Amino acid sequence: MTQYLLRRILYAVPLLMGVNVITFVLFFIVNTPDDMARMHLGQKRVTAEAMAKWKHERGYDLPLFVNDQAEGAGQVTDTIFFQKSVGLFLFRFGRSDAGEDIGADISQRMWPSLAIAAPSLLVGLAVNISMALLLVLFRRSYLELWGLVACVALMSVSSLFYIIGGQYLVGKLLQLVPISGYGSGAGAFKFLVLPVVIGVVSGIGSGVRWYRSLFIEEVEKDYVRTARSKGLGETYVLFTHVLKNAMIPILTGVVVVLPLLFTGSLITESFFAIPGLGSYTINAINSQDFAIVRAMVFLGSALYILGLLLTDISYTLVDPRVRLE
Amino acid sequence: MAKLTLFWTDGLFFGLLLAMVLGLWRMSRREHFRRPWRSVSGSRSAVISATVLTVYLLIGILDSVHFYPAADRSGAGQFKTEALSLLDWWASPLRSRVEKTYSAPLAVRGYARETVTGADGTQRWSFPRLQYGGAHLQDPERDWLGDVVATGLLGMAKGGLLGIGLVALVALLRARRRRVPWRDGLAVLRDEPGPSAWRWALATLLAIALLGGASAELSLKYHVFGTDKVGEDVLFQCLKSIRTGLLIGTLTTFVTLPLALLLGIAAGYYRGWVDDVIQYLYTTLNSIPGVLLIAASMLLMQAYIARHESEFASLALRADFRLLFLCLILGLTSWTGLCRLLRAETLKLREMEYIQAARALGVWQGTILLRHIVPNVFHLVLISVTLDFSSLVLAEAVLSYINIGVDPATESWGNMINGARLEMARDPVVWWSLSAAFVFMFGLVLAANLFADAVRDAFDPRRVE
Repeated sequence: MTQYLLRRILYAVPLLMGVNVITFVLFFIVNTPDDMARMHLGQKRVTAEAMAKWKHERGYDLPLFVNDQAEGAGQVTDTIFFQKSVGLFLFRFGRSDAGEDIGADISQRMWPSLAIAAPSLLVGLAVNISMALLLVLFRRSYLELWGLVACVALMSVSSLFYIIGGQYLVGKLLQLVPISGYGSGAGAFKFLVLPVVIGVVSGIGSGVRWYRSLFIEEVEKDYVRTARSKGLGETYVLFTHVLKNAMIPILTGVVVVLPLLFTGSLITESFFAIPGLGSYTINAINSQDFAIVRAMVFLGSALYILGLLLTDISYTLVDPRVRLE
Repeated sequence: MAKLTLFWTDGLFFGLLLAMVLGLWRMSRREHFRRPWRSVSGSRSAVISATVLTVYLLIGILDSVHFYPAADRSGAGQFKTEALSLLDWWASPLRSRVEKTYSAPLAVRGYARETVTGADGTQRWSFPRLQYGGAHLQDPERDWLGDVVATGLLGMAKGGLLGIGLVALVALLRARRRRVPWRDGLAVLRDEPGPSAWRWALATLLAIALLGGASAELSLKYHVFGTDKVGEDVLFQCLKSIRTGLLIGTLTTFVTLPLALLLGIAAGYYRGWVDDVIQYLYTTLNSIPGVLLIAASMLLMQAYIARHESEFASLALRADFRLLFLCLILGLTSWTGLCRLLRAETLKLREMEYIQAARALGVWQGTILLRHIVPNVFHLVLISVTLDFSSLVLAEAVLSYINIGVDPATESWGNMINGARLEMARDPVVWWSLSAAFVFMFGLVLAANLFADAVRDAFDPRRVE
């Protein structure tokens, strides 16, 4: 087990290296620092001095991979690739192109993201699973048919409509909660209700269908038939036997997204003006701040790989049949 | 005279349609593919949604035939610089009748008050008459309702005639096929055993013809879905957006299919270090958050266009390039799922007896892959392509909202929603742009979802009941 974990953690290193190389190629080779400087300082009429100064301030004036002027190890270390990669791997993200400290921004902005994403996940899970169980309980009935029709219809609506419609209905017509914004501490609650509800509703369609397919697969199995033939009631079988066994795929599906809760949702946060990492990323995209986008790409990948690792571990915890070799 | 032209996306789109037709033709000659398709055509929802998809597809095709219209009537070889599509040309009344600003659906008066000069020269502060919408009415307060109903009914009658003609044509063809007198064609349609595909397809077409006829007739005199901020007809924008949605959903396959097929099958068949490398490749790509990868690539593309401005002759070409690039990038982020499925399936297949036998007989590897593996994983490709289509159409809207989707000049549902966001805060609410985009998008995505479900149920061997 320990050996396996160690190997998996070591495997994460080449993966992150790959991510790093891809982002580096995208941000520094396809789009050279000269282009970036020109874009930030204005497309035309940029003096060479201004560009050199801009690049020097951000450490973009080094060679890309090999520094011919340096001696010894400096040939490799005094390059943009080395400098920027080491920073990412140590989670020292440096300064954004606009001069802010990215690390400080991230540690401050991940809490609002978490405050939205975690309740959305938990409530969504509860709602989806109970509705899916209901559909399975009443399978081969009109309730199931129309429930599935409703699911497909809900799935076919763009998430943007849920947000715009929800904001209009709850925020503007009924005026129950503020349309957007964020407060600190307990004051945040009234700002969080609407995004969480909308997040849950927009996930119902695909979520219920997914969990239903898990339960349906389980319901056909032999142990369920045995339980029924012992004379156990349908609800009892469903809630104790089926639910427990279906927990394995459910749990692993949830664990993989846990680390990504920190990075938040781009769309929700920007619609509701929540100062989380999602809106941070969107702002960076819109202002073309490559340093932030690069940091967020790396962070997202690292968290995803962490999620995969956690999934593997959670398998062994919930399913004693699985042994990690 | 006009000069035909082929945008990049047009060419690829037609190539894809051709491949689709060829694929369907080949499948229709093989019994093991005909059986699942029969089960698809036996499902009512699948037939209805396939018909709706076909209508969308036809509009998309109309909108993909571009030409440069002649600059003057003499046709002296001078062409305008802006390309038009057949749809633009056909819907010229919709395209050219631009109002000043917002107007509600079927309205005769503008959305905002302004100073109106009356017939007697007095000036009043009120809602002005629209330049085109209901301009033929003498007294709109009295005649409006009657005119709308009459026009709508006339359009419905025209559409209904067209639909009935279509039904008659199909009945005639079916009668010939069955070798019965043409008079019995309708009876053939009616009495076909089981849930006949033709019946539901024709019923759907008839319904669409009625609706379409009414809105076409109405839009000659009014703006059926109103106008947007700069006074353009919202119905026309929705129709134009169909092409964008379809392209996003289909052109991505140009990237996903080659990558997923080649890498997935190679990984599963050769195993060993090939498998390791390919697995590493897709795990790495998968671990990068998709939206961010797309965002990064689109930022780079914008920088590229800014640097090479001279290479794009017109705004339309630039928008087209951006659309194509978006499709390719979306493809690059979405091939990993299919690749993983194909790898697993190939791993299973390569141990099957018939492949072992082929190998023992010394069949060339390429032949084994092409003749024995690819046809047997093809159902996975079909299922995943149809399933991905709707999510790609939905993704376009989200990406356009973050400004990393299609060009702002391209008509798309994403851009319409993006524009409508601020309109919801106006008073009175400008709801028609958003609702129209919702209706058209919902129609396409719902049809695609239902069709994909039917295809999956029919082709997935694990779901045979």
